[in-house]
Amino acid sequence: MLRLTLSRLGTAVPSLVGVVIVTFLLTRVLPGDPATYFAGPVASKEAIAAIQHQLGLDQPLWVQFGRYVGDLAHGNLGTSLTTGQPVLTELANRLPASAELTLLSLLLAVAVAVPLGLAAALRQGSWVDHLCRVVTTAGVSLPVFFTGLLTVYVFYFVLGWAPAPLGRLDSFLSEPPRVTGFLLIDSLWAFDGATFRAALSQLVLPAVTLAVFALAPLARMTRAAMLAALASEFVRTARASGLTGRTVVLTYAFRNAMLPVLTTLGMVFSFLLGANVLVEKVFAWPGIGSYAVEALIASDFAPVQGFVLTMAVLYILLNLLIDLLYGLIDPRMKAAA
Amino acid sequence: MDRRTFLATSTAALAAPALSAQRAEAQSPTRAETLLLVQEYGPNSMDMQGLGSSQPVNGVALNCYDRLVRFKTVPLPDGKGKTFTLNQLEPELAESWQEASDGMSVTFKLRDAKFHSGRPVTARDVKWSLDRAVSIGGFATTQMNAGSMEKPEQFVAVDDKTFRIDFIRKDKLLMPDLGVTIPFVFDSELALKNAGGDPWAKEWLKNNVAGSGGYKVESWKPGTETIYVRNEEWACGAKPAMRRIIARDIPSAATRRALLERGDADVSFGLPPKDFKDLAEAGKVQVVGVPVPNGIWYVALNTATGPFTDPRVRQAVAWAIPYEKMMQVALYGRGVPMWGAAGGPTVAWPQPFPYDTNLEKARALVQQVAPGGFSTSVLFDSGQSTIAEPMAVLLKESLAPLGINVELNKVPGANFRGELNKKTAPIVINRFAGWLDWPDYFFFWNYHGNNSVFNVASYQNKTMDKEIDAARFAPDQADYDTAVKSFVKLAEEDVPFIPVAQPLHDVAMQKSIGGYQFWPCREPDFRAFTKS
Repeated sequence: MLRLTLSRLGTAVPSLVGVVIVTFLLTRVLPGDPATYFAGPVASKEAIAAIQHQLGLDQPLWVQFGRYVGDLAHGNLGTSLTTGQPVLTELANRLPASAELTLLSLLLAVAVAVPLGLAAALRQGSWVDHLCRVVTTAGVSLPVFFTGLLTVYVFYFVLGWAPAPLGRLDSFLSEPPRVTGFLLIDSLWAFDGATFRAALSQLVLPAVTLAVFALAPLARMTRAAMLAALASEFVRTARASGLTGRTVVLTYAFRNAMLPVLTTLGMVFSFLLGANVLVEKVFAWPGIGSYAVEALIASDFAPVQGFVLTMAVLYILLNLLIDLLYGLIDPRMKAAA
Repeated sequence: MDRRTFLATSTAALAAPALSAQRAEAQSPTRAETLLLVQEYGPNSMDMQGLGSSQPVNGVALNCYDRLVRFKTVPLPDGKGKTFTLNQLEPELAESWQEASDGMSVTFKLRDAKFHSGRPVTARDVKWSLDRAVSIGGFATTQMNAGSMEKPEQFVAVDDKTFRIDFIRKDKLLMPDLGVTIPFVFDSELALKNAGGDPWAKEWLKNNVAGSGGYKVESWKPGTETIYVRNEEWACGAKPAMRRIIARDIPSAATRRALLERGDADVSFGLPPKDFKDLAEAGKVQVVGVPVPNGIWYVALNTATGPFTDPRVRQAVAWAIPYEKMMQVALYGRGVPMWGAAGGPTVAWPQPFPYDTNLEKARALVQQVAPGGFSTSVLFDSGQSTIAEPMAVLLKESLAPLGINVELNKVPGANFRGELNKKTAPIVINRFAGWLDWPDYFFFWNYHGNNSVFNVASYQNKTMDKEIDAARFAPDQADYDTAVKSFVKLAEEDVPFIPVAQPLHDVAMQKSIGGYQFWPCREPDFRAFTKS
């Protein structure tokens, strides 16, 4: 297990180096000059030059790169110009918000998608199968901002069931003392039932919105993998050996079908974490996706680089986790590694 | 975990509910005393003098700091709030002031005011703050220079309560320039104590407020929310009605509107004009629209390079623009028309130009210069695209029959400034609003041959420069009026800029909210709001 972990981490190093170089170069190649932007509308040429100097933009590219790598080595991701705060602090503040939302929506999606996919595969052509098809098609074809706005309109504006989409907590409550940054966990930790309920009710709409989107690939993959497993020889053998339907489906077929589902799950998770910008915008969610996009629009290099790097690290860790899980589900994987 | 830490943690855990109850108590300025304001984005710093401060930082400067003077307030015509006049100043930190008999300096007497730290405000703090504004560079220094405040030597702390500004030239913009959100007063001792060697404490003041203003910042989470609490000891005006202000950053305009209509937010800024129109018509909430002083949406034509160097082509465009359609489709009527003037120029600014939509005249003018037509492009900022994009599309549509083919060039904010600095774009759709509401101030930035970044048309005309300078330093009203009329006339003939509309600065509020105050910086004045 340890050897596997280490070797996997070892192969991640070149990817990380690549990410560092590519993000650095990409942000410099993009049109737009941060100095002009931040000097303000009435800036003189000298003022712009002064800011360029302050940001080190007047140096040759390789000097800038050297400085960037040096800062990285000291754990310094730079300072955002748009918010005026260190990028590392901001990412640390915002990542839990994104992660809490993503995890909850993924949980919701799995809770619905896997049983749905299973049932659809077992009762091919039945109403469950059709339902599965409708749900997945809808999930894929509805853009998240549309679903988001629709849920806000229906459940907040018209029905008034959901709280105001004001971010993670109602304005008149304060956050529980920070332990994990996940409000649900922190409020439980502080025995603060009111805050827990408030945080949960704020989470429901955005989480459902994201879950609808994440549901589709998961349900489809479960259905397809189950069908393949059910048609395979070992299932036929198991059936012929007179095992109960339950054992055949859950122990033999489902366990084998879980591998591709797990892979999809990893992909969906990392995709959701970074790409839920639109949901973050609609629900004023202080996550990292909207942070990165706003920085990109302002040609604010440091947060963009920090964001891509964070995502790369997360992606690598996630893939590692999934590889390890593979080993647990399918012993052959362990042997292969 | 050993026994001791276990006991400590469990005690803390058991005490936690009690602690949170206390927290709720301390928050007691409840809904009725709290104003919930939603805006697109919040401040990126606490220091308006610092480099790269965003628009909402003006609000911090306005509410958390005091200036020597402020502008006199004037009720809005519809009685829904107040605006201001630049011509009359009222005391803020200064109790009174006196111009010297030679007219080359002004002496202020400071009132007994205290900083949030409890330290009394002294003339030394005023000097440090104004020294900082003229020395720090960037926007702050440019704004100070606009009022002929250029060097620290001009500012003199005579004694604890007396402060003097020496003039380097007589400039009518100097006194009004003291009322804008740049020359505000810092607690210089507190700032320097925390500066870590920086003479202007830039880093510390970016994250901390050291002022004497009507509100203190209780918490600031960039990109999420800013919470202000009333300064109970504020000495420079009537005690504000609201105890607590929560300003939440809600990026989506649709969400801001929903919050307002549901009654969850009290005040919303920066909605698209269509939403303001709908809200105003629905009548559930009140919408206050103040014509932005000194502000216009314009179509600028590059006079230095490209197809618009001939004034006749520019006039042709001015005759071709579908003004009324632009007003309805792009601005949804939230503006003041700037076309179809009858009679000669007046001394007002902005004022309608004599053009109107008349394709016959436009075609005739284009025929004289470019009978075969030509291709060109229009540049606008994607950040302003809700208004600028429909304007650009309408422009393209209306110029096509003249044989002018227009390509749309939409660029994001960071590139837009860069493009403007290049001064090569043939057509630009943009808006400009000067803080100091005088025609000559507007013309100085936009039309003067010193070619500032706002002279988007790269307009160069010696007569124009002469008239602008003449107005700026005119000895009396008659000379001033003559100069203004003559440069406006020139602007109408040469049309480097075609004004389309004076935008309204719109704010939507619950009906229970009163006391809205509009200032040149356009940020909300928390000190004036009331809630019933």
